[in-house]
Amino acid sequence: MSVPEGNPSNLLSSYDPGLFFDELFGRMDAPAEHTALIRQRLAALDFEELRRRAMNAERELFNLGITFLVYSNKNAVDRILPFDIIPRVISAREWAHLEAGVTQRVAALNHFLQDIYHDQKILKDGIIPAELVLGNANYRPQMVGLDVPFNTYIHIMGVDLVRDRHGTFRVLEDNGRVPSGVSYVVENRHMMQRVFPDLMQDIGIRPVDNYGHKLLEAMMEIAPGDGNDPQVALLSPGSYNSAYFEHIFLAREMGVPLVEGSDLVVENDRVFMKTTSGLAPVDSIYRRIDDAFLDPLAFNPDSMLGVPGLLEAYRKGNVALANAIGTGVADDKAVYCYVPRMIKYYLDQDPIIPNVDTRICREPDALQYTLDNLDKLVVKPVGEAGGYGITIGPRASAAELEECRAKLLADPDNYISQPVVDLSVCPTVTDDGIEPRHVDLRPFAITGKSTWVLPGGLSRVALKRGTLIVNSSQGGGSKDTWVLEGSTP
Amino acid sequence: MNLLARYAECIFWMARYMERAENLARILDVHETFARDMRGATNWFSIVQLNADEKDFFSRHEKATAEAVIQYYMFDDHPNSLVSMLRMARFNARTLRPWISTEMWTQINMFHNRLLEMESKDVALPNLSKLCTWIKEECQKHTGITEGTFYRDQGWYFYQLGKYIERADQTTRLLDIKYHTLLPSPIDVGSTLDVSQWTSVLRAAAGYHAFRRVYPRGMSPTTVAGFMLFNEGFPRSVVMCVRQMDGLLTRMKSRYSLRGGNEAMEEVDELLGALLSRPIEAIIREGLHEYLEWVQEQLVAITNEIGFAFFGQERPPMQVQSQSQTQP
Repeated sequence: MSVPEGNPSNLLSSYDPGLFFDELFGRMDAPAEHTALIRQRLAALDFEELRRRAMNAERELFNLGITFLVYSNKNAVDRILPFDIIPRVISAREWAHLEAGVTQRVAALNHFLQDIYHDQKILKDGIIPAELVLGNANYRPQMVGLDVPFNTYIHIMGVDLVRDRHGTFRVLEDNGRVPSGVSYVVENRHMMQRVFPDLMQDIGIRPVDNYGHKLLEAMMEIAPGDGNDPQVALLSPGSYNSAYFEHIFLAREMGVPLVEGSDLVVENDRVFMKTTSGLAPVDSIYRRIDDAFLDPLAFNPDSMLGVPGLLEAYRKGNVALANAIGTGVADDKAVYCYVPRMIKYYLDQDPIIPNVDTRICREPDALQYTLDNLDKLVVKPVGEAGGYGITIGPRASAAELEECRAKLLADPDNYISQPVVDLSVCPTVTDDGIEPRHVDLRPFAITGKSTWVLPGGLSRVALKRGTLIVNSSQGGGSKDTWVLEGSTP
Repeated sequence: MNLLARYAECIFWMARYMERAENLARILDVHETFARDMRGATNWFSIVQLNADEKDFFSRHEKATAEAVIQYYMFDDHPNSLVSMLRMARFNARTLRPWISTEMWTQINMFHNRLLEMESKDVALPNLSKLCTWIKEECQKHTGITEGTFYRDQGWYFYQLGKYIERADQTTRLLDIKYHTLLPSPIDVGSTLDVSQWTSVLRAAAGYHAFRRVYPRGMSPTTVAGFMLFNEGFPRSVVMCVRQMDGLLTRMKSRYSLRGGNEAMEEVDELLGALLSRPIEAIIREGLHEYLEWVQEQLVAITNEIGFAFFGQERPPMQVQSQSQTQP
């Protein structure tokens, strides 16, 4: 069934985003022009028809195995990332701003990593407390003095952005180790093309399916040797990893073998993979394994996932790794607070995308402020990922606030605090009709010689009414993200 | 392009488990026919015996009723059940997703998921034939999708090798059910019941019409066993499968300049030589069951040699041949 283009019925007429910025409407009193056609088409749809399409999409995702593994009671269950079929739309102008901001941020973080593993000027100049960097669990002394191609450390970067109630994008978090989610960006688009071709017709949406090609290009650029047909491989922890689908997806898109640690061996500081005809050299590895598990000789000796001798091969320049070892210190939640100053320091620019105002509880003033305003702030542990351990002050009970206070006092270094950001919302299909749900955005940037940003990114949506946590591990879903072509306003 | 040793192994076993699932459906289907014909004197237990599953079976079920045996071979958690085979096929397919076509993966994934959704009423005796047909058709769908979409490089050869080794093995088992465990008393040989059972065995292997074309009149244990073992045109005959293995190994080694695999070829040659050297009458006289067992052991030896040559498996210090009917 195609979407009628006629008069809007009332599918969106009772839609009310409240005080939040809306990704489809913009401001309700002056709706965004670039989404007019999309809104008109959506409004004309029958709700049952919309639901039917949504169900088809989710069933197809499951059948295609576009899933992640969830562990409960020792059982591993395949789950899809819930998919909402109403897209999140970004105008060409907004995207130009985001693309420049992400590129700037990647550049600053790469400068920072190059610096702290060499001259440490930023520490000597007192821009960032040395202890915060050198004492960081993710700082890798093994990287000191080692040069990496093009001074690129973070080849694949995911930046978590949120949008406040004024519509200003802000960086919530950097992901510079092994950011995941890009496979859903591409698969969500494929899914939309199948279930909603009539909504997309003639809209002019920038494509996302060349991500694999761009990634392979970067992996080949950083490979050692004369650049003559290097062997690239993707190193995965294996099929029990929750992000295994993404590893499959990327290996397939790049056309390279997906290897596990046991497929690789290091001989004379060179990396080889075990094939049916013996050992074959490997030049460039996109690794989806954390530093600590990469090489049992160098890091965690109990790791069964890694490759003994890999670090030495890397240090000798015989193999490229993406991301480089030791990038975790740059996406630390405490270091994050200093990124605007890094941008100024290395690039002499103002941040294009501002941070969320953040207080570092290791600093006594900040701790005091946080304790005094606990009921108004979000308190996050610096070491956790996936939305765990977060206390959202305005929504916490008195008991939860007391528990948070105790944790802060016991170990202030482990926490940062931020004001509650009123995450923007986007119309979302729910059991009760189309309702606003909070979203964030994770654009992905690939950097070899230069930086390329995938147009769009992963829009995660908090499917539970009112909740702000969009992580898949906490019941979040995702949406297709449309960056409109330049000719549209 | 290089093929990872681990991938080669997964491809080989994915093919084997899918072929095995199809054959299990064929065996259960043919058994249901026996059960219907034998008026109560059913012999569902013979399937348990055939797979040497007695101990495990009785740890889960009290009696070898039709329902218990079907439950056991469809859903119970042990390596010889259909659910386990599909789980293994899917596990391998999942590992191979970067290598195989999306359509191959999707079909196995859906097949597996639908099987898990089945309820016991779907496998009740009256529905068994329908269920077996569905399983066969899903396996055939897999075969067709593979034929139409699987890229023809080294991986294809390992797929075919796995399929033909498993098929040869399963044909010997199907024959063995009839000849060993369902052995009729001498007076029943040639009786209506006996003939109908042989017909069922042929039908299970989809060989009845072809057999009739070769032997328009009559049907004897000798001609049926000979047909299933040695016929050069029947796609499930053991000779046909072993000839395929021979050709596949030779072509694969030369096309991809693979050094290993000579021992596997020697084992294949030995088996083929033996298959072609003795008439069926002599084999039956000296014991078909023992002969089938020897063929099965040879297939294990071939599997082991392929593992040593291409999958990076270590040859055991003493020549201890493990029963590699399942993936290591």
